[in-house]
Amino acid sequence: MRTIQSLAATALMLAGAASLGGQNTIAITGATIYPVSGPRIDNATIVMTNGVITAVGTAVTIPAGAQRIDGTGKWITPGLIATATSLGVVEVGAVGETRDGRARGKENIAAAFRVWDGFNPRSVSLPVARQDGGITTVGVMPSGGLVSGLGAVYDLPEGASAAGMLRKAPVAMVATLDNADAAGTASRAEALARLRTLLSDAREFNLGRLRYDAGNMRTLSAGRADLDAMQLVLKGTIPLVISADRASEILNAIALGRDFGVRIVINGGAEAWSVASDLALAKVPVLTGAMNNIPESFGALGQRQENLALLRAAGVQVAIVGNGAGGEDGFNVRNLRYEAGNAVAYGMSWDDALRSITLAPAEILGLSDKIGSLAIGKVANVVVWSGDPFEYASQPEHVFVAGTETKIMTRQDQLTQRYRQLPVKY
Amino acid sequence: MRHVFVLLCAVGSALHAQPQAAPAAPSKAAVAPGTGAIALPNADPFPSTYRPAPARAVLITNATILTAAGPQIDRGFVLLRDGKIVNLGSGAPPEAGDAEVIDANGRYVTPGLIDTHSHLGVYAAPGGEALSDGNEATAPTTARVWAEHSVWPQDPQFPRVLAGGVTTIQVLPGSANLVGGRSVVLKIVPSVSVQGMKFPGAKYGLKMACGENPKRVYASRGPSTRMGNVAGYRAAWIAAESYRRRWDKWLADRQGDPPQRDLEQETMADVLRGNILVHNHCYRADEMLQMIDIAREFGYRIRSFHHGVEAYKLADVMARDSISGSLWSDWGGFKMEALDGIRANLALVHNAGARAIVHSDDASGAQRLNQDAAKARAAGASIGINIPDATLIQWVTLNAAWALDLHDKVGSLEAGKHADVVLWNANPFSVYARADRVWIDGSLRYDRMDPKQRWRTDFELGFVPAPSLVPGGRR
Repeated sequence: MRTIQSLAATALMLAGAASLGGQNTIAITGATIYPVSGPRIDNATIVMTNGVITAVGTAVTIPAGAQRIDGTGKWITPGLIATATSLGVVEVGAVGETRDGRARGKENIAAAFRVWDGFNPRSVSLPVARQDGGITTVGVMPSGGLVSGLGAVYDLPEGASAAGMLRKAPVAMVATLDNADAAGTASRAEALARLRTLLSDAREFNLGRLRYDAGNMRTLSAGRADLDAMQLVLKGTIPLVISADRASEILNAIALGRDFGVRIVINGGAEAWSVASDLALAKVPVLTGAMNNIPESFGALGQRQENLALLRAAGVQVAIVGNGAGGEDGFNVRNLRYEAGNAVAYGMSWDDALRSITLAPAEILGLSDKIGSLAIGKVANVVVWSGDPFEYASQPEHVFVAGTETKIMTRQDQLTQRYRQLPVKY
Repeated sequence: MRHVFVLLCAVGSALHAQPQAAPAAPSKAAVAPGTGAIALPNADPFPSTYRPAPARAVLITNATILTAAGPQIDRGFVLLRDGKIVNLGSGAPPEAGDAEVIDANGRYVTPGLIDTHSHLGVYAAPGGEALSDGNEATAPTTARVWAEHSVWPQDPQFPRVLAGGVTTIQVLPGSANLVGGRSVVLKIVPSVSVQGMKFPGAKYGLKMACGENPKRVYASRGPSTRMGNVAGYRAAWIAAESYRRRWDKWLADRQGDPPQRDLEQETMADVLRGNILVHNHCYRADEMLQMIDIAREFGYRIRSFHHGVEAYKLADVMARDSISGSLWSDWGGFKMEALDGIRANLALVHNAGARAIVHSDDASGAQRLNQDAAKARAAGASIGINIPDATLIQWVTLNAAWALDLHDKVGSLEAGKHADVVLWNANPFSVYARADRVWIDGSLRYDRMDPKQRWRTDFELGFVPAPSLVPGGRR
């Protein structure tokens, strides 16, 4: 209890040690650099010193003793950011023992659930996301219930402890409005009502903690720890990430944010394009993908692949998350860059697509002062690509996390090597 | 390799399998209403009513053509007339005559893509229990069910997959059962009935499934283990073989009453006669090698392993036994039997000499078979297996056609074949590529630039906003 109390009282933000990187200076020369925070720079050099970017541009003096990498013909981008994943908390989806991303909670409310307490830094899917996908930062979000709990963000250095990987926690409170069953309610409207009740009860609790602890308050809709955790949302310290697909759910979420003065982020947002101007006006960002156009439920009848392009055109902040098939929140988080490529095929500008998997998610998660762009002083999360990172023919050739190149062979690479020639020799 | 294969087959037959009777010739005669049923099995009780839509001839010129039957043709032409590919090549195109001329201006032309593993119509959007018709999960062997009887032609996923350049799909029952039932092969065209979509003359497939799914679904009543699964397959084939002999004998001599018909055994027996192709959902290499032994024991052939995330571990055996691999580019990790999925799977299977096929098992993935092929190729390239466009296109066309035994009709651009053709706005193996036009049997079925003419299923009317044209954001 005491821990939770202090969590709410001080809005404790765990600061990761991930920014402590290698001690060497590395310079990559002659590359096409996409800083994201500024325009493309041709034939440019980037210098990383002690895990931090110390120079980017064409007129760069390379410090003596720097390790040099020839970047001729290569494309350099910030390390990609996958905003909402289950990496590290779900190893094998079908094996219950490896699922640590959800809480039972009390009546489907688990606001105090801290997903990072179950995070496994040794998950074999983490190196896959990084080495195949050029992803250096992942948001890990809880799932299930009406209020799923608190999410965290990890960088993906090699061989680090969970504490060493943690960039920030909590970063978000996760809730749902698009699945009445999962929320334990009989309808969308009831899910919304319960969420509103929770927020107003949490406010009442905070105003009358002494009365509450003295037993002088009516029964509230959640337990003490959950009411306490909701203060982070009410104070605006972290956003409330709400799964909502149907246009009406999204409008309800916007109204909820307005009425309680809390920051809302829409996750999923199948029909967000049809209420794009409302989202823009309310400055509500959307996390969605570009590989799903299937009216796969009555809440997602208007789902289309132009969603991202139309949202951007209306001025909505967007971050790309995988919405195709094949486990794009887990084993196949690595496909994020192809999701961006498909967003371009369906109308988004290439620069916007890159921004939506780098700086935009950093901004949404409150991390853009450290990651998401290639600028002096930023953490040296850097990927050197053989070509256009969205294209299937391109591969990440060097991945740096906090200035240190990651080189581990993934489990998949080891299997590939073992069976490259048949019959296999064990 | 071929010699080894023949030898093994011969040994297999001699040691294990019954000599096979000549295919039976069940009645195809329809019975006049009111005259009563007949006892004879009917090979085609739900005949295709699909007819190619009449269409003006089309001459595509100045195209980059991936024929799937030879080298890439630059600045080539393709002539479609009367539903067939009449002519194609490089150099000067023939006289257009009455044909509509389309200047591809360097754009790519490929055969229509083929998906060997679809659940369109049987797991239709918008989903839910009412449309969940893919698994008859009431008994572990249900050879008696036919996927076509679950297909909802108004599934809004059909036009979306068509827009991905896919013209032919095999719709399979799900994988809950050891033997899930018959598949059906469809052309993706609007129709009131499934019969109006059925690929004329296509053979049926039999869906079988290994591993975790059946033993999970039937945990309480069995099979609950992999050894229980194998006992289940073998018991089913033993019964089928007995049925096949009884019927084949009666069909040969017509003495006495015909044996009692049995829907379950009719399908199984027709697999043993070679008239139905086996499509076997199986993830792990050890299980696939056991399924190959079971096939040999009972004298049938496995046409394709589906999913096969560990196919790369037995790619040499698949090549030897002419078993194709209907595979994902990179699904894996989601259950124990999928842990060893690697992106180089397709490339390694191809490299070993077996037929590599990109399949979807998913209405979203089915719209991007070309992209999945590109992804799998890149994984091959990173370990030194280089596959040119002209070969890669076979993974989503001709090899898939072979798995359905339709490679003489579709799957490549060759004179005489069905005019199932896609015009792409870029190299189809680019992430930015989209199908501009799709023809099926020479009839234009999709035109990206003309959303007003877009096929909208009955379900979509009123429920789903009409498509509008959003300008492409090409780099």
